[in-house]
Amino acid sequence: MSHVPALHPHTGREPRGLARWLFTTNHKDIGILYMLFGAMSFAIGGVFALLIRAQLFQPGRHVLTPELYDQVITLHGLVMVFAALMPVTAGFANYLIPMMIGAPDMALPRLNNWGFWLLPPAAVLLLFPFALEFFGIGNGPIDTGWTIYAPLSVQAGLGVDFAIFAVFLLGASSLMASINIVVTIFNLRAPGMTMMKLPLFVWSWLMTSFLLIAVFPALVAGAGMLLADRHFGTHFFSAAGGGDPVLWQHLFWFFGHPEVYILLFPTAGVMSHILPTFARKPIYGYRAQIYAYWAITVLSVIVWAHHMFTSGMPVAGQLFFMYATMAISVPLAVLFFCWLGTVWRGSLTFETPMLFALGYVTLFGIGGLTGLVLADAVADQQYHNSYFLVAHFHYALFGGPIMGMIAAGYYWLPKMTGHMYSERVGKWHFWLTLIGFNVTFMPQFFLGIAGMPRRIPDYALQFADLNMVSSIGALIVGAAQLLFLYNIVAAGRGWYAPASSRVWEAAEGLEFTLPSPPPHHSFSEQPVIS
Amino acid sequence: MVKVRRFTLTAIVIGATLASTPAYARNPFEFQTPVTPVAQETLHIHNLFLATIALMFAAGMGFLLYAVFRHRKSRGHHAALFTGPRTAAQWVLVTIPFLILVAIDYVVMGIPAYHAVLAMADTKRDATLVVKITGSQWKWRYEYPDEHLAFTSNLATPREQLAGSAPTDPDYLLEVDRPLVLPVGEKVRILLTSTDVIHSWWVPAFGVKQDAIPGFLRETWVRIESPGVYRGQCAELCGVGHAFMPIVVDAKPEPEFRKWLAAAKSDAERTAEESAGHLSLDDLVARGRKAYATSCGACHQENGRGLPGLIPPIAAGEPYTATPELTDKLAQRGFYRDGRIVLGSVDQHIDIVLGGIPGTPMPAFGPQLDDADIAAIVTYERNSFGNHTGEAVQPADVAKARRAPADRDHHAEEFR
Repeated sequence: MSHVPALHPHTGREPRGLARWLFTTNHKDIGILYMLFGAMSFAIGGVFALLIRAQLFQPGRHVLTPELYDQVITLHGLVMVFAALMPVTAGFANYLIPMMIGAPDMALPRLNNWGFWLLPPAAVLLLFPFALEFFGIGNGPIDTGWTIYAPLSVQAGLGVDFAIFAVFLLGASSLMASINIVVTIFNLRAPGMTMMKLPLFVWSWLMTSFLLIAVFPALVAGAGMLLADRHFGTHFFSAAGGGDPVLWQHLFWFFGHPEVYILLFPTAGVMSHILPTFARKPIYGYRAQIYAYWAITVLSVIVWAHHMFTSGMPVAGQLFFMYATMAISVPLAVLFFCWLGTVWRGSLTFETPMLFALGYVTLFGIGGLTGLVLADAVADQQYHNSYFLVAHFHYALFGGPIMGMIAAGYYWLPKMTGHMYSERVGKWHFWLTLIGFNVTFMPQFFLGIAGMPRRIPDYALQFADLNMVSSIGALIVGAAQLLFLYNIVAAGRGWYAPASSRVWEAAEGLEFTLPSPPPHHSFSEQPVIS
Repeated sequence: MVKVRRFTLTAIVIGATLASTPAYARNPFEFQTPVTPVAQETLHIHNLFLATIALMFAAGMGFLLYAVFRHRKSRGHHAALFTGPRTAAQWVLVTIPFLILVAIDYVVMGIPAYHAVLAMADTKRDATLVVKITGSQWKWRYEYPDEHLAFTSNLATPREQLAGSAPTDPDYLLEVDRPLVLPVGEKVRILLTSTDVIHSWWVPAFGVKQDAIPGFLRETWVRIESPGVYRGQCAELCGVGHAFMPIVVDAKPEPEFRKWLAAAKSDAERTAEESAGHLSLDDLVARGRKAYATSCGACHQENGRGLPGLIPPIAAGEPYTATPELTDKLAQRGFYRDGRIVLGSVDQHIDIVLGGIPGTPMPAFGPQLDDADIAAIVTYERNSFGNHTGEAVQPADVAKARRAPADRDHHAEEFR
């Protein structure tokens, strides 16, 4: 290396403008890219959600045609899971993990850049068929539901092909990010930062990475088989050629169930940062939580077929998947117990991150408990594919990861921007989100119990009242997120007081030993953990 | 002041949640009134489980809310510093909730669930009637194999209501032209399959939801305990018509069921005889218009223009773009030339309606419709939407096509 690279950290010369963001290998820049991309997708997915609720405001077709409705529900699911939640959690991982473990950067910085820049093309692929349809090509984006069940997905239009290629890109991107995180955690910890001293956010992301590496290939393989069935004359999912449509469901849910924990783990880890800070009390059950993470990780890959109880399954299969699913309640209960133990007899204050964290514990609690009910193979005949299920997984995925990510956003926003946000607006944001969320999804439990199937663009009259309530709630949730946008902009532009390096009175962790915002290269000297 | 506002907000949360519970006559926490043993068992499990998780939630929330209100910094509470159980007594105390949870999982919930799974799986013993249910986009076909009786059940909600231009019936989207009729008090074994994509047969009052999977048979069972009309819907997304293939079951007492069965069979025979005769062009077109609306209109549209890029038009000379797989197959059969739909031969036309176009969304209507309906549909399509062939396809032509191995079947032979 005879040349001194232009980007040498000690020269202080960094590319500016667009080039900085395109070519960056800095973990904080890439983290911010991930988070902004995720936030933008969250807005798009949210618009899809509002379209769904507008359509279901009253019986009788109003807003969307059935074709467009199917596309919107599919894209809502895919965008929220793959383009909003996963990138946001990956953004926090990129931004925080190196600082939390005292590392200079991620272990594989160029891979990091590549991993991120695969995401925008994937999102474009997913939505591009809208444009093609506009020019008379094809019939719009994928419309099979986010589960892409064969043979519907074999029969459907070219939107499915675009979604398959998006899945390929997402798979590559996720694997790159996961491998990078595992390598970073294993190799770049500062002296004294042993595995059993790692902050729990880091541990939770380690488990997420393991799961992604274990299960995402199943989805990519399934997508490849689907592509072959659609265009190359294979019959993986067609009985006529010796295949089986249910094979797709196995492949999808072998990925899909752990995916729930992939989304959940990072926010479960976040709880063990926010709760101790605002309870002014050390984490309760640090080791127990790590063991619970491990238990959930292992169990999550052997329960997938509980999504398929109505697909037809032998008695032994039903019993196995039912009891294995129930077993997950134990390590999850350990997490809840530890969160309550952390808050118990603390000295509590209720800044916005704490409010969202407590909201997370409550709403995700409802999601988890109703999941226990869904585990029952026979009762599931009533719940499956009804609005009860829709309500359950929104409590689990909005009440869990989204509430958790908003909490994390408020918690680390002052650290990232160097400025506080408006507490007043933050509290409004919380209460409107909490109320709006419950008004939206609590009625959906009752709709499901009354017998309303999911994924229908129009419904029978007995479901009218509750759907109207649900739609009103969705509008509240949607509007409330504008307050979040305000707070992000406010902190970014520095409209409120500057943040100290510790930000919160009782915040712990290496990231809080650095100034706010942290310098481009976090540690000029390697920290040593005693 | 601050505190008052917090309590007000809490009250709003609780109030809004309660307000979202409708003023229903029925208990919003309960399923539709169960009328089969499985549904009753399911309801019992559901109630037990909901009560159990409500207690668990209340216990967790109790601790959380106690801490939130009592262990506040603003009340001068100082933080304790414990990070886990230390003494043996604390370990015991901490273990107890988890033992309770395991007992809830595997005793309180696990044992009733075990019984229910076995009961649900017992589809054959003492079954006196077998019914085969076939899902298709977007209708159900019901078959009584021992009685040689079969019919198709279509959505009966008028199109003006679907379009929102007419006031809705009380059974909007839940009404069919021919319901499935089942006897009360007898165990009915239900076999399910599908001709195209996965559908799911769900009648909440029966506690039954079972997927219909193309190429495979799945089974379930019902024993309905009281007469009545029970309604349900398809529960697996199966394309644009997913919301429009309801299930209606008319449960009749045994003697009435037998009477209905006899009448239905003689009706079917009479219709078959009538259809076997020679029909006039006008009769065929009139019958075809109706059958087209029920069986073809959802895809090819009532104006015959299809869905651009996906479903080919029927209307004469319409431009049509789609993937080469579909246009090639249409061209081979003489229905596509230079980017436009053209009218092919009668034989191919009948064959497409009978056998579908394998590998495309076009299903085989042969197993679903009788000869007269297929003849009427083909006649209607050849004499409407700008097509004026004047050909009257007779049921006998369709019967002949059913017997004679068409080109499509030659291909199938080669494939084997």
